[in-house]
Amino acid sequence: MGAQQDSLAEEAFELPSRNVLRRTLLLQDYNTRVVVAGTTLLGLASGLVGSFTLLRKRALLGDALSHATLPGIAIAFIVATSLGLEGKSLAVLLLGAAISGTLGMAAVLFIRNGTRLKEDAALGIVLSVFFGAGAALLSMVQRMEAGHAAGLESFIYGKAASMTSQDAWIIGVAGGVSLLVAALLYKELQLLCFDEEFAGSRGYPTTLIDLALMALVVVVTIVGLQAVGLILVIALLIIPAAAARFWTENLLRMTLVSAGLGAASGLGGSIASALFAKLPSGAMIVLVATAFFGVSMVFGPARGTLIRWLRRRGLNRRIDRSHLLRGIYECKEGRDASAQPSAASSPVPFADLLAMRSWSQRRLRTALRRTEREGLVQAAGDRGDSWKLTPDGLREAARLVHEHRLWEMYLIAHADVAPGKVDRDADAIEHVLDPAMIAELEELLERRQAVEGVAASPHPIGPGAGASTAAGGA
Amino acid sequence: MDWIGWNWSSDGWVLAAGALSAVAAALLGNFLVLRRMSMLGDAISHAVLPGLAAAFLITGARTSLPMFIGAALVGLLTAVFTEWIRGFGKVDEGASMGVVFTSLFALGLVMIVQAADHVDLDPSCVLYGSLETVAVAVLIGDTWNVLGLDVPRTVGIAAINVLVNAAFLLLFYKELKISSFDPALATTAGYSARLMHYALMTLVAVTAVVSFESMGNILVVAMFVVPPAAAYLLTDRLRWMIVLSVLLAVGSAALGHLGSIALPQALGMDDPSIAASIAVAAGLLFVLAALFGPQHGWLVRFVRHRALARGILAEDVIAYLYRREERDPQAAVRLAELRSELLSGPVMTRVVLALQRLRGMIVRSGGGYRLTSLGREQAKGLVRSHRLWESYLASEAGVSADRIHQSAERLEHFTDRRLRARLDEETLTPVTDPHGRPIPEEGSSR
Repeated sequence: MGAQQDSLAEEAFELPSRNVLRRTLLLQDYNTRVVVAGTTLLGLASGLVGSFTLLRKRALLGDALSHATLPGIAIAFIVATSLGLEGKSLAVLLLGAAISGTLGMAAVLFIRNGTRLKEDAALGIVLSVFFGAGAALLSMVQRMEAGHAAGLESFIYGKAASMTSQDAWIIGVAGGVSLLVAALLYKELQLLCFDEEFAGSRGYPTTLIDLALMALVVVVTIVGLQAVGLILVIALLIIPAAAARFWTENLLRMTLVSAGLGAASGLGGSIASALFAKLPSGAMIVLVATAFFGVSMVFGPARGTLIRWLRRRGLNRRIDRSHLLRGIYECKEGRDASAQPSAASSPVPFADLLAMRSWSQRRLRTALRRTEREGLVQAAGDRGDSWKLTPDGLREAARLVHEHRLWEMYLIAHADVAPGKVDRDADAIEHVLDPAMIAELEELLERRQAVEGVAASPHPIGPGAGASTAAGGA
Repeated sequence: MDWIGWNWSSDGWVLAAGALSAVAAALLGNFLVLRRMSMLGDAISHAVLPGLAAAFLITGARTSLPMFIGAALVGLLTAVFTEWIRGFGKVDEGASMGVVFTSLFALGLVMIVQAADHVDLDPSCVLYGSLETVAVAVLIGDTWNVLGLDVPRTVGIAAINVLVNAAFLLLFYKELKISSFDPALATTAGYSARLMHYALMTLVAVTAVVSFESMGNILVVAMFVVPPAAAYLLTDRLRWMIVLSVLLAVGSAALGHLGSIALPQALGMDDPSIAASIAVAAGLLFVLAALFGPQHGWLVRFVRHRALARGILAEDVIAYLYRREERDPQAAVRLAELRSELLSGPVMTRVVLALQRLRGMIVRSGGGYRLTSLGREQAKGLVRSHRLWESYLASEAGVSADRIHQSAERLEHFTDRRLRARLDEETLTPVTDPHGRPIPEEGSSR
């Protein structure tokens, strides 16, 4: 798709002249100022409200509600025109939109609570039937002679570029109201988002708070209709909030980040649209928001894929390291049961290590290299085909083996796990042991049969004996 | 049907096109509703826009095949992207769907504006579809010749779409069923729930795109969700749900089409878009199903609820009369007293009293009501249940004495003789309840 767009760019885009660039970026045109201010405020308000609906797992509610406004717009136009008023005045149309949006909301609640259908079906039904009714009415209106209803469809696709200062004011007021409501109800909304039942048990009127949240969605949707259109206002309710979720685990910060991203999308999109004649502003705002989302999804410091991948890699490395050290230690133990493990740090062949667990040659070599750099192991033969522990490594390996066996014994003694299975279970849990836990475990299990501070293994060790359990180890 | 200006040779084909497209969508919609993915139809039908635009920009013409391929590919991509964002980004399903389809829609809009110089991709056609043009197709020769009959191309394509979807459902019925209700079980049974998911998504995308041209965006979305949802309210069997959804889809197509011709004439207005009217008709049918469904309908549940309430009130009446008798054996209880004690409505109370007289449980005496010996036996059982429950809750469940009455009041209506015997045993056969009132002996009858 990207390549496609690039080829488009070559044939259709003209770079703006320096003069246009300067005038736009410095917001010298009154019109540009109005549009940029309006869309930025809209982004702010929708990002704010969207973060609550997202956490409530109601992201698509805005979708249904925004579609549900269409019959209201059409009816408001018909009624106003037949009363001899100006049918296309924004106040009249928005009033109609608000009424039918509220009805749509009520219908969603009724279907969800009154029938056995789930939320998704309720949203789908309300969305398609209300929108169908709106479209039927609009198609009738458009063929009416007196109608001149041609502009009504801009509610579906949006026309930010024709925004007037009055529109910007309306958006600003709506944004301010939603900010105020969100600030006043912050604690209630927080409870509602994370634990509705707990909120109910503490005596909060959850249905009322829910309704307040839905009303905020209706408000943002309706003011957004004129600016970015019916479909794209949904995007502003979802995308900044979903992007903000990657940045933080704290609701207050998430709300702020979401509002900020929404505002930045509004700003960036409308400026891009002002600079390039052929870029529709609503769509550009959404694409800017999508770009933010993409960046957040990869680089978000709290739940981004990159940070999660790094965390997982770190954990895997730690696990490989302790598996390796334990492997060398236990190899020696298994080969010569009578020998004191610490007496000589005798080398262990690479092949024996490989047979200890189901790890690939490459993975084992990488683990060996990293541990060697740490100064815990050193190559004993040529070409790295046998390895031994350094004194530091021996100490570390003894600690790890000790911890592992403590867990094994704990599982056998207190959790009734069969000795044949404990190796695997202990493997899964030992990597997250902290010192306090180890002290507690040592207290729980008297240190019987300890050899130089390392408890004896409760099950046979070695490539053969470990075969049945090795599969789970990696 | 001449009175509304129905003309079989044109309106018949329009109806066929509408009904076939509706059926194709409704068939798949059953599984979308069951999998709680009802919004996917909406998402895909918006998201295909860049596919349409790309196909147009590449080929430079509004030919059907490249546009179909482009749209179907993007439709499938929507499902794939949604799954990725959900999987890699740990974003919940609704939100990831929202991110994907709005972004693709915005991209499509930008591309269409770029192309607008070259051709007019009419946005209103995307919304409303052009079912009306099916009638024209016969005249201008946009038809396929099937068995000597000139079938409009749109109708032919819709029929093929129905056949493909029906074949998919028949062939993979078991797999679809298991993977919809229990994906984990499906995977352990050796079916790939993932594969079924993507197969279904592919067909949803294809159906959305095929129906797009004739029905427009609204009707596709409506038909994916509304008839299956209505069918879901009417039956508990998957087979019947599918059959009913098909019938409802055909019904909405017929009703919507007729309505779009008849109603505006009655109101003296112009015809609305047929596709939009069909969506509204489907909505009406859904409301009917929700109100009058045989098992889960609002009316049936209302009646059932009233019947239960009446049964409970009937028992409460004789239990109250029994308790009054304990205090004052000669008392005849008046209607007003019963109503204020049992908090019941005037009509309901009279109905219940008449019923109990008819059953021979109570008699009128001295301007009030008294128990007959039959009624007394039955009331004994109820009061015994109530007081045994109170004893049980107080002694065995450790509920504090001021709260046991409420629970016992509810439980007494659902307690039979065997359960009473067990309660008696568990509470070591008490003679009085925690409030000190005697527990009646078990009667001989009932």
